[in-house]
Amino acid sequence: MSAIEGIARTNFAYLDEQTKRMIRRAILKAIAIPGYQVPFASREMPMPYGWGTGGVQVTAAIIGPEDRLKVIDQGADDTTNAVSIRAFFEKVANVAVTTHTRDATIIQTRHRIPEAPLSEGQVLVYQVPIPEPLRFLEPRETETRMMHALEEYGLMHVKLYEDIARNGHIATTYAYPVQVAGRYVMDPSPIPKFDNPKMDRSPALQLFGAGREKRIYAVPPFTEVKSLDFEDHPFTIQRFDKPCALCGSTHSYLDEVVLDDRGGRMFVCSDTDFCEERREAGHVGPLGVPA
Amino acid sequence: MTAEQPLLKVSNLSRFYGGRIGCLDVSFDLWPGEVLAIVGESGSGKTTLLNCVSSRLQAQAGRVEYRMRDGRLRALSDMGEAERRFLMRTDWGFVHQNPADGLRMTVSAGANVGERLMAVGARHYGHIRETAVDWLQRVEINTDRVDDPPRAFSGGMRQRLQIARNLVTAPRLVFMDEPTGGLDVSVQARLLDLLRGLVSDLGLAVILVTHDLAVARLLSHRMMVMKDGRVIEAGLTDRVLDDPREPYTQLLVSSILQV
Amino acid sequence: MYVAVKGGETAIAEAHRLLADRRRGPRDLPALSLAQIAGQLSLAVDRVMAEASLYDPILAALAVKQARGDMIEAIFLLRAYRTTLPRLAISQPLETAAMQIERRVSATYKDLPGGQLLGPTFDYTHRLLDPDLAGEEAEPETPARRAVSGEKVMRVSDILDGEGLVEGDGSFGPDHVAGDITREPLDFPMPRDTRLQVLARGDEGFLLALAYSTQRGYGRTHPFVGEIRIGLADVEIELPELGFSVPLGRIRITECQMVNQFKGSAKEPPQFTRGYGLVFGQSERKAMAMSLVDRALRADEFGEDIVAPAQDQEFVLSHADNVQATGFVEHLKLPHYVDFQAELDLVRRMRAEYEAKRAGQAGDEDAITSEAAQ
Repeated sequence: MSAIEGIARTNFAYLDEQTKRMIRRAILKAIAIPGYQVPFASREMPMPYGWGTGGVQVTAAIIGPEDRLKVIDQGADDTTNAVSIRAFFEKVANVAVTTHTRDATIIQTRHRIPEAPLSEGQVLVYQVPIPEPLRFLEPRETETRMMHALEEYGLMHVKLYEDIARNGHIATTYAYPVQVAGRYVMDPSPIPKFDNPKMDRSPALQLFGAGREKRIYAVPPFTEVKSLDFEDHPFTIQRFDKPCALCGSTHSYLDEVVLDDRGGRMFVCSDTDFCEERREAGHVGPLGVPA
Repeated sequence: MTAEQPLLKVSNLSRFYGGRIGCLDVSFDLWPGEVLAIVGESGSGKTTLLNCVSSRLQAQAGRVEYRMRDGRLRALSDMGEAERRFLMRTDWGFVHQNPADGLRMTVSAGANVGERLMAVGARHYGHIRETAVDWLQRVEINTDRVDDPPRAFSGGMRQRLQIARNLVTAPRLVFMDEPTGGLDVSVQARLLDLLRGLVSDLGLAVILVTHDLAVARLLSHRMMVMKDGRVIEAGLTDRVLDDPREPYTQLLVSSILQV
Repeated sequence: MYVAVKGGETAIAEAHRLLADRRRGPRDLPALSLAQIAGQLSLAVDRVMAEASLYDPILAALAVKQARGDMIEAIFLLRAYRTTLPRLAISQPLETAAMQIERRVSATYKDLPGGQLLGPTFDYTHRLLDPDLAGEEAEPETPARRAVSGEKVMRVSDILDGEGLVEGDGSFGPDHVAGDITREPLDFPMPRDTRLQVLARGDEGFLLALAYSTQRGYGRTHPFVGEIRIGLADVEIELPELGFSVPLGRIRITECQMVNQFKGSAKEPPQFTRGYGLVFGQSERKAMAMSLVDRALRADEFGEDIVAPAQDQEFVLSHADNVQATGFVEHLKLPHYVDFQAELDLVRRMRAEYEAKRAGQAGDEDAITSEAAQ
């Protein structure tokens, strides 16, 4: 059974060098045309489609032995899928990992942007389920490609118009569409719209990988990212009535935690690293204890 | 731009379907503010001609030139897809026989009217809505229907909404394909009345396809009669209808205009 | 005091231990060998090879074992392994006329050169559970064998072609390089070579349902089974240094040629058209479904109206892959609480606005009633 003996051997960061070069070319093109979805020959990864195969391929293509990787899901380092992806890279790339936003050179994320401001030289890799912001208005790829090419984005505003006409405000709370560098309309992946402003002119390089849909796109550092809105109904972000119960933060995105079956609730930072750092620095929320 | 210069020049336009003629060697000029009716029986090539002129269909021979707002005459075939589409959603309108082909049936009337404004960059919800409400009034749709989808509208209302959706960007040229077809007579009469008023108030140039000579009589200044893909007679509407020269036209007029 | 849930790493490790335990099952029973799986559950192994696009019965058997018999999971395992393999060469087109035939049936001719050959089919078994298989099995009888003739067995399409009544095989230009959907992103509209690749590795159940829908009127194609053949075909590659092809080995395949009535169009005379299916291993159901869907997807080519799901390229080809489908459907069980929180907040706010509006309206009505009362 010689075939079976050959199984275990895989390249650094899993992908073969040829594939990594192919992905890097797609990434370079994506950086050159901010917000444009570059088709790439997404590989089958040893994890399910829809579970971050796009982000994993992007990370695998850019990671080197010197990098320090942070992986978050829903803002947290210890959610199972984040743990699983981090373990994958530890295994196949033997790369150093960290939970500290500040220490990481590459941060792979699903559904959040870290609260701590990113800095020059850092790369944020988003896992993207559906890269096409027009998909739910127009399911056909051939049509949406034409709409992007001709910059026909009227339909996108029709949707926002309908929201306001019906509800008095825009009713999109996550995956809120943005326009990048005044040209391409882009899906920021399902991050809460709370995080949208962090994308604008971020010093970090932002890369987006959609494995199942075989698309890579990018926002280069210091690029304008504008959330679509109307002049008289400007884009706004979620606000929370309460501070984080653990660290007392009033300016971070909070998860709601159900405490009992009698309506007991508490709100805590979704970004676990941010919350811990604040507690270490002596901040205490209403239900927290000093670190 | 002066009225002496044509708005649209069509020269030797032909379109075939396999070996069959769609329309053959059609030429005409259209002046600003002029309403031109293309009449003929079904299968005569009038809709093919309309689609070729409006570049919804690719002609195989001939040219269509349009005078842009800057006064220059430009061949549509020389424009890029983006420019042509921009023209189609700003300076042109297209009213389909079936309103469902020209409307978004699941979004509100207000958004249907506002879409073209948003497509060209309008970003003030209040203004877009005001404009939409204003246009609903002009096409005699009760303004409290602004948030209802056209699905909830009658056939006549849908057609009026489609007209409003087209006119909101103040186009100079509107194509109409049997705009009153499929409506019952009393609704037709009201729509025709409305159309006539709008066309003259706004100084629109219109190319109107119809099989109904009464509609042509009421709306158009000039008409072309088509048979088997060719234009067999053209002239001022009153002249053609009162004094048809071609035997085929005489037949059409005698068989239809009994009133 | 509240403590956030921690310990994902430990939980995952424990889950894996439990999974391995359940996979092994009762320890007093002998573990399955790969040879047993490949030899006795060979149709399961065939399906895994077909939908993973990798012909290797032993690795497929390993995948079936590791996946505890979950076919899509097994396909997934084999595909993930396939990705890591280099692509060394592209084989010559398989010469299916020359394959060593084990089964061959045609529904269009009563008899034909090469004959009809039933082969190892379930078709005429009465589907009665066989208690004899439950315990220690008796040795089955030795089946009859015929001598391998080595002669080519002409295809039904060749017979029709002799009369000029069926469309030809078609050809791409001399410069055409066959696409590879595992190396290049899909690009719509897709040419037939890559469409067939998508169908060949597409989910058997999905293709079966689509094929069935065409028979019930959703994109009817008037099909006849021209021929189904199952057997062993040589795989050859051309070595530029030698200037001729050398055989690499033999693989078992199922080929189906569906023959469809066609009334002709402006470009084409009336003739029969074809739908094609080719699958690794023995899988008639999949090959037949594939050929029906292939023909339905050619609607555009023949100027037929595209009105049914099976005719819609983007719909069929974007959703045929079961590994993609299962991943995306099942990803919904991953945490989505950040997005859900955002939606929760919105629904609460909109509900409050709704209640306020209703309260306002009720107030108005009260006012009117009290006015009326006055």
